[in-house]
Amino acid sequence: MALLELRNIETYYGPIMAIRGVSLKVDQSDIVTILGANGAGKTTVLKTISAAMEAQKGSVTFEGVDITALDPDRVARLGIGHVPEGREVFPFLSVDENLRMGAYTRSDADIGADLELVYDYFPALAEDRSLAAGFLSGGQQQMLAIGRALMLRPRLMLLDEPSLGLSPILTHEIAGIVKRLNEEQEVTMLLVEQNAKMALDLGDYGYVMENGRIVMEDTCQRLKNATDIKEFYLGMKDQGVRGRRRWKQRKTWR
Amino acid sequence: MPRVFACRTRRAHTILETLQLLIIGISQGCVYGLIALGFVLIYKATEMVNFAQGDMMMLGAFIAFSLIEAFDWLFAFVPVLGALPGASFAFAFLGTLLVMAAFGVVLERGVLRPMIGEPPFAVLMLTIGLGFVLRAVAGAIWGNQPRALDSPFAGGTFDLGGLIIGYENVAIVVGTALLCGALYLFFRFTRIGIAMQAASQNQLAAFYVGIPVKRVFALVWAISAAIAAAAGILVAPVNLIDPLMGFIGIKAFAAAIVGGFGSLPGAIVGGLLIGIAEPFVALHLPPGLSEVSAFVILLAMLVVRPQGIFPSLQQKKV
Repeated sequence: MALLELRNIETYYGPIMAIRGVSLKVDQSDIVTILGANGAGKTTVLKTISAAMEAQKGSVTFEGVDITALDPDRVARLGIGHVPEGREVFPFLSVDENLRMGAYTRSDADIGADLELVYDYFPALAEDRSLAAGFLSGGQQQMLAIGRALMLRPRLMLLDEPSLGLSPILTHEIAGIVKRLNEEQEVTMLLVEQNAKMALDLGDYGYVMENGRIVMEDTCQRLKNATDIKEFYLGMKDQGVRGRRRWKQRKTWR
Repeated sequence: MPRVFACRTRRAHTILETLQLLIIGISQGCVYGLIALGFVLIYKATEMVNFAQGDMMMLGAFIAFSLIEAFDWLFAFVPVLGALPGASFAFAFLGTLLVMAAFGVVLERGVLRPMIGEPPFAVLMLTIGLGFVLRAVAGAIWGNQPRALDSPFAGGTFDLGGLIIGYENVAIVVGTALLCGALYLFFRFTRIGIAMQAASQNQLAAFYVGIPVKRVFALVWAISAAIAAAAGILVAPVNLIDPLMGFIGIKAFAAAIVGGFGSLPGAIVGGLLIGIAEPFVALHLPPGLSEVSAFVILLAMLVVRPQGIFPSLQQKKV
């Protein structure tokens, strides 16, 4: 049984249909990635899973339990940690308080130990423990957002564009940490990325979204070698016979 | 020598008079500050402005009035408590805070939660309408005549080196200080208090870490209603209580803006500023001006420093 399963989800922003029937599965301890251009609906899928947005149709099941109609705080309580797009930290709380808020749903005695674990993974945060999170650099804020979700002891982590606005070095570092968390802490990941190379290198299985639909799915290994993905997401293109590209070339799924 | 002596006494007299006005002003300012605190708390957490805040103060005062009568009657049968002066007041005070907190929760659940997502203007009209309803209901239950709350602080004074200080003024200042201290500790050190800060700073992230944001909103309304009630009970010995006493909520709103809408210390400082200005204006400037001095200060503030005394640093993300 899959850890998370979406069946035919439809989500609207007012009258606008953002998700047009998406079904996907995330298996235990995999890294699953969703690729797609701007406005494809990737973020909306994650928001629908963590119930920040309401699905009009379809169902979301987590560990066999239907979570479609739950409140967002109930979903978090079940062990779904969401790292939202764009470093959504609590700007006036200190780094320490931000992380402790991540453990809001927990009341066990290991919170302190987990705090140290997060600082272990992110030494850059440990230096500024008592600093207000709003003063951190972009990379640190992204690390804080990931660390905060980690404090939930999540079974599943939803990562929304963790590389957004970060330098290539930091992107690489974040990717390494995502991989380590997956291996060492056995956190299943659902990763949304525009940085297709990073996502495909990290992921086990991948979905490609366009206009609110899933148009392609396969293992990341095979996706990496698919011509469409190469051309449209990885920017590798074969030259035409006369050294020109055919601009009207269509994707195979259209 | 006699001339010098006369001069000195006059100066001493002026200083005394100034101090006397200052005490009145500070205690009145504390009341404005407490109501302003309610405005700011609700605004920071839910981005709604509750124009019924002053009327919640009025309602709190009337509930205390009835509870004091009830406890007086009850304690007549209890030998020890009946003998203690102010026992029924103390119990009624705590009881009122609880009743008003519950009222705040009911209000949020029943009236304001369905308004989430509606335009701010609609919420604003709703709270103004709520004020009308509260005034009418209070008038129907307790009558429109001013009443005196049976407070142990009423009327008593003590002499401090020629300075006449009323117990009620001391009670207001001490009560406000205690409430502010309690709120500070609550928001700074308790888990739910920090969670309330978190929810007001970034609602989406609060959802994602599992903070029950709806319950937090209800709690904010409960706290605001309880603070308003405390203000109503504290101010009752100074002014009589009547269904229209909530109109000082408008001045408190001015105080909240002067303090920088969105800052809790700012609300208290803004309240003090307006409260202190009033008695001095009343004494030294033509009559009637003291009533508008709050708004003159507000206008001056908006021209000189529109972000208020303690501007809220957060820029709204678009």
